[in-house]
Amino acid sequence: MPDGPGLELLRGEIDVDAPGAVLATSYDKERATLIVDPARIVEILTWLRDKPGQGYRFLSSLHVADYLPAEPRFGVHYELLNRERVERLRVKAMLPAEGPEIDSVTPLFPTANFQEREAFDFFGVVFHGHPELTRILLPEDYVGWPQRRDFPVGGEPVTFTYSEERYG
Amino acid sequence: MADQRAFPQGLVDEDPAAPTVADLYGELDADRTTEVMTVNIGPHHPATHGVLRLVVDLEGEVVRDLKPVIGYVHTGIEKSCEDKSYWKVIPFVERMDYVSYFFQMEAYCGAVERLIGLEIPPRAKYLRTIFLELNRIHSHLVWLGTTALDLGAISMLWYCFRERDRILDLFEMATGQRMHTRYFQVGGVIEDIPLGFEEKCRQFVHDMPIRVGQYEALLDRNEVFLQRTKGVGIVSHERLLDLGVTGPLLRAAGDPWDLRKAFDYLAYPEMDFKIPVGTVGDNYDRYRVRVAEMVESTKIIGQALEALPGGPFIADNRKYVLPPRSELSTSMESLIHHFKLVTEGFRVDPGEIYYAIEGPRGELGCFVLADGSAKPARVHFRDPSFVNLQSFRDMAKDSYVADMICSLGMLDPILGGVDR
Amino acid sequence: MEIERRSLESRQASARDMLRGDLEGEDLERYVEERVVTTTFEKMLNLARANSIFPLTFGLACCAIEAPISIVTARYDLARFGAEALRASPRQADLIILSGRVSIKMAPVVRRLYDQMLEPKWAISMGACSSSGGMFANYAVVQGADKFMPIDMHIPGCPPRPEAVMYGFNKLQRKIMGNPDQGWRRRYNALGTEEWARGGPASKPSIESTEAYELARELAVTEGPAGA
Ligand code: SF4
Repeated sequence: MPDGPGLELLRGEIDVDAPGAVLATSYDKERATLIVDPARIVEILTWLRDKPGQGYRFLSSLHVADYLPAEPRFGVHYELLNRERVERLRVKAMLPAEGPEIDSVTPLFPTANFQEREAFDFFGVVFHGHPELTRILLPEDYVGWPQRRDFPVGGEPVTFTYSEERYG
Repeated sequence: MADQRAFPQGLVDEDPAAPTVADLYGELDADRTTEVMTVNIGPHHPATHGVLRLVVDLEGEVVRDLKPVIGYVHTGIEKSCEDKSYWKVIPFVERMDYVSYFFQMEAYCGAVERLIGLEIPPRAKYLRTIFLELNRIHSHLVWLGTTALDLGAISMLWYCFRERDRILDLFEMATGQRMHTRYFQVGGVIEDIPLGFEEKCRQFVHDMPIRVGQYEALLDRNEVFLQRTKGVGIVSHERLLDLGVTGPLLRAAGDPWDLRKAFDYLAYPEMDFKIPVGTVGDNYDRYRVRVAEMVESTKIIGQALEALPGGPFIADNRKYVLPPRSELSTSMESLIHHFKLVTEGFRVDPGEIYYAIEGPRGELGCFVLADGSAKPARVHFRDPSFVNLQSFRDMAKDSYVADMICSLGMLDPILGGVDR
Repeated sequence: MEIERRSLESRQASARDMLRGDLEGEDLERYVEERVVTTTFEKMLNLARANSIFPLTFGLACCAIEAPISIVTARYDLARFGAEALRASPRQADLIILSGRVSIKMAPVVRRLYDQMLEPKWAISMGACSSSGGMFANYAVVQGADKFMPIDMHIPGCPPRPEAVMYGFNKLQRKIMGNPDQGWRRRYNALGTEEWARGGPASKPSIESTEAYELARELAVTEGPAGA
């Protein structure tokens, strides 16, 4: 993991090549995070992947978290891994509550294919340029984005015959 | 189920006047047999290891394209987790990948421990390592039994499940359940191992390599098995990395990438073990790598048993860990802590963490987002089966249908983990 | 005629005599009486049905590792109860074990599998999930499989031990010996929805079955669905 100063150095380097793309950094619990401009996500990930000396070539995981009630509300997380230096780096792009959309990184990291579909399925985040952005785990005709925090958990309340008879 | 429009067979027995296939298409000519036909396999199919559905384009017997359709056991576990307090989430995450439940628990508990900065005592580390490795053997046994069954080696199922039952006996002895044990707890493990466990476990560690030798004797020189696995399902190393494939599949392609060595967690840095790798990356190598991993795992268990330190098995931090039962009747403070933990659970300061361990199928990552309350705001699992399944198209393309089934078995997807 | 229990030796002796052809008179009579059980045709049929069940090879989730796989393996060995022949096709099977949670995406598939099975057929719902939704009370899981298909036996547990599954299976056998269709058609007011193999002699309902259907229908109308 790049440590705190390492993260700032990294940010400085990115700023040379892509000024203004990194909005903030955070270093917490020994994990480094770059918070980037969602419009330039492909640019940054390409830089991190291909720039000599960086080599974050492995995308471990792509997932979305819902930060309700914050705004911007959705965070798309890219967990990058540099296998040579054994370093993890998280890149995070924050998307607004209304019409969250971002460019797909599938051309860059083919592994993102299923994971972006999953994010679309659960949160309704639209990934532009994804080869086949359809629901993946839920039925095709499902309505709603079930893992958003304002979606009800669902299920049924448990009623026991005994208590029903007794208390009506 | 063949495409109904092309072959209206259903009509034939009921109504003698209905046109037969020959009436419709004339004499079968050479072109017809090379026509591409779309065939649906699953979601109920004994060879798909669960409820995976495959839509396959076949040209004769050769797979030209393939698309996995998943989601048939989607359980919404990640959503349910948001509704439970931190330590009630543990039984939920276990039920994702139901063959490697200890790994799910470790990924989740480890993530929460890192989030709250809780150090677990050495004995708990060793116990966790022992159970994780037992679980890895268990998982590989289930894989070996079912996959060999797909390839026609039916007796493998019986032998593998014999050993699996021994592992489950160990689990049951220590935890009281065969599957879904909820043994790991935030801060350590929930109970110490019982008397006699170590001895039984040692006996198992002694027997297991012999058993593995027996499996190898059954399969390694079996002509049918060799012909069906050697040179089948090769995907290049770069492509595997692009697809995010980890675990035995990646190691079979010759890449010694194993999170147990790369990152230090639990007692793995103190263990002496090797990482088996393959050379070609075909199905045979995948089989060899997993079988060799079973032996390596027994070595780890043996070493961990030898070096098992004494001391507490769970951290002594009353904010996060249940007080021991004996204190409840003597100490008011313990009672209050107990009550608080059981009713509300502990609160975790806002933060987020991604913690990955090496599961039996590859990198098993857990992402936990805390918002300061007693319930996680999001729990997400990066499941190796889910990611690895993307490489299935590359493995099976332009091979025979039978080889596709073999490749699927060697991919070892657990659909509960894929769909979550 | 009263049949009294004889000792093993004496039974063996008479069996030997029988084979040699030496048994006659009173002894022969008694020998035959001992070996013949008279019963009704239905009872005999149900005995055969209960002891030659073909379960469907079908797994949904975690429970699938315990039930269809573990119980046929060496330690538990379902073959003792005549049910080791797992069938991959629902058309050849007569027992479906719902082993695991049924998601909203899977439920239509399960129903279709059940519909494809030929009569008489039985369903076991194994584990908390398929019986009631279990711990997963959320948007994705059907809260109990009996919402969309009739279930004959529920086995509790998460997952139930293989022994529990076998116990449930024995109970089911006993139920089958008593009343093979379990009366669910009457319960659900679903008389006349039986499916039979196509093309065979039974593809048109026979006179008797039509009559039986009418009778049962009448009963259902006058008495209302059972349990109401
Ligand atoms: S009852 Fe338990 S073991 Fe069975 S499918 Fe449900 S969660 Fe899994």
